[in-house]
Amino acid sequence: MANIAQTHAAAPVVRRKSKLAKMMENPSIWRGMLAIAIFMLVWEIGARFDEWFGKEWTLPFIGLIPPPTAVFKAWLEILPQPGYWDSWIQSFKRVLTGFLAAMILGIPFGLALAVNKYFRDLFFPPFEILRPIPPLAWVPASLIFWPTNEMSIAFVTFLGAFFTIVINVLGGARTIDVRYLRAAQSMGATQWDLFSKIILPGTLPSIFTGAAVGMGITWEVVLAAEMISGGGTQGGGGLGVFIWNSYMGGSLEQVVVGMISIGIAGYLSSSVIRWLGDVLMPWRRLF
Amino acid sequence: MTATQTQDGGAVDPHMVGKSHLQVQNISKAYGDEWDIQHVISDLSLDIPPGKLTVVVGPSGCGKSTLVNLIAGFEKPDSGQILLDGKPVSGPAKDRMVVFQETALIPWQTTYQNVVFGPKLRGDLRGKALDDEAKRLLVKVGLGEFMHKYPLQLSGGMQRRAELARALINEPRIMIMDEPFRGLDAMSRGLMQEFFLRLFEENRRTNLFVTSEIDEAIFLADRLVILSNRPASVRKVLEIDLPRPRHYSMLNSGAAYAYKRDAMELLHEEAMKSFRSPSAGSNFAQSYANPGGH
Repeated sequence: MANIAQTHAAAPVVRRKSKLAKMMENPSIWRGMLAIAIFMLVWEIGARFDEWFGKEWTLPFIGLIPPPTAVFKAWLEILPQPGYWDSWIQSFKRVLTGFLAAMILGIPFGLALAVNKYFRDLFFPPFEILRPIPPLAWVPASLIFWPTNEMSIAFVTFLGAFFTIVINVLGGARTIDVRYLRAAQSMGATQWDLFSKIILPGTLPSIFTGAAVGMGITWEVVLAAEMISGGGTQGGGGLGVFIWNSYMGGSLEQVVVGMISIGIAGYLSSSVIRWLGDVLMPWRRLF
Repeated sequence: MTATQTQDGGAVDPHMVGKSHLQVQNISKAYGDEWDIQHVISDLSLDIPPGKLTVVVGPSGCGKSTLVNLIAGFEKPDSGQILLDGKPVSGPAKDRMVVFQETALIPWQTTYQNVVFGPKLRGDLRGKALDDEAKRLLVKVGLGEFMHKYPLQLSGGMQRRAELARALINEPRIMIMDEPFRGLDAMSRGLMQEFFLRLFEENRRTNLFVTSEIDEAIFLADRLVILSNRPASVRKVLEIDLPRPRHYSMLNSGAAYAYKRDAMELLHEEAMKSFRSPSAGSNFAQSYANPGGH
């Protein structure tokens, strides 16, 4: 009985807790943290197997990778260096440029393909021929075509997201339930009403799916493009160049730092897209 | 429903709202190209008298939904015409509101937004008048507390009631219900039928109700129209002379049973045709059996 009384008394206090404190009560958070901790531990043991157990040989694959503690140490050394942050900024800039350009051009293009039969007949076939070409296959051509390295990287990044966004927008807009359109028509909707009040919001979920997938591809592409083109002419050439230079300089720890940095950057980017999706589509976060 | 004002200020005769006469005259509709033509409706004539609840039943796949699409103006008949109070209909308009199968509430609008959607688009009812009317209707269909929920947050029965409110606010001259209670569990379905009947018996709007459930049809109908197998035409019209207000127990009466037996006999006969005709069902197997021939 005392217990019940206590929990009841405690209830108002719970409500006053901060968002972070509430998050910490969520078992999913703890499970996630535990999983990362175990992953790190296995990695550490695997990487230092020879050292710790006095063996002559190392474990295959994992024994060749620097252990997380060494990576962390390398990271701490790099953190204050402006070159490292410059790489972040450079890569982020390129991703953002390519991604935004892809959204700005891809969404209207996909919608136009979806709503206009003539437009679709004319533009869909060439689009479908260009779509399967991997963005990286465009790198040499765009290096020749665009005057600066920066522009070729942005272009290739743009291509990575563009095709995915268009295909998602087109698919989403084409699968809107015809009954919504008919109901709106009965109620006196004009063509513009149908587009702005039914087709556009109805396509929003697909736009965000396309954006999330496109953002992933952009990060893949920007890194590869940076490595191939050598990034910018001066110092920090983006995270791709950072990794490549670390590899050439023989610092495996820094290579792993670069890899994890990309992981974090990608995670941050998709979190922003997810958050934006939740804000713009309140009807989707009901359960 | 009370007297209403049209946009240009002219008063609409309140007795005319929902009391229109719909005539379907010799309409036919086919799909596909010449070499593979599917006749869905063939020379169908149907009278939907004012203030009556006309229920159309037919075997599944007979073309009921196509008939609804033609009357609503979503599609055009190949021949024949559809008259609303003597004037031919062309295209969809708010004088013929459809309540669709399952639900066609717009998922990204709250229940309230769905209800005010039509008047807002047209601008014929606005401001406080619109707000009051929307709330009155939502309360009437029992969704007063749920008006700011999204359709996905409502139960099946609530969604159908929200759709009724969304249709009614447009003050249609005829309500078209296309198997509106399909997909509901038996309990909600029964409750929705009674709710819908009360709504009808209160105002006696002209109503076309399409269903494939014979019990539902007899329970609701003033007139029961039995359609033939595809291509659909009117097989028989039964006047259902059960007293109103109706109650579910009336379905157990001798009269209701007699209607049901008559209707079932005809429907069964029509439904069996689709099994016998070589163009349906066996067609697929046939084309596998002799791949060369046509």
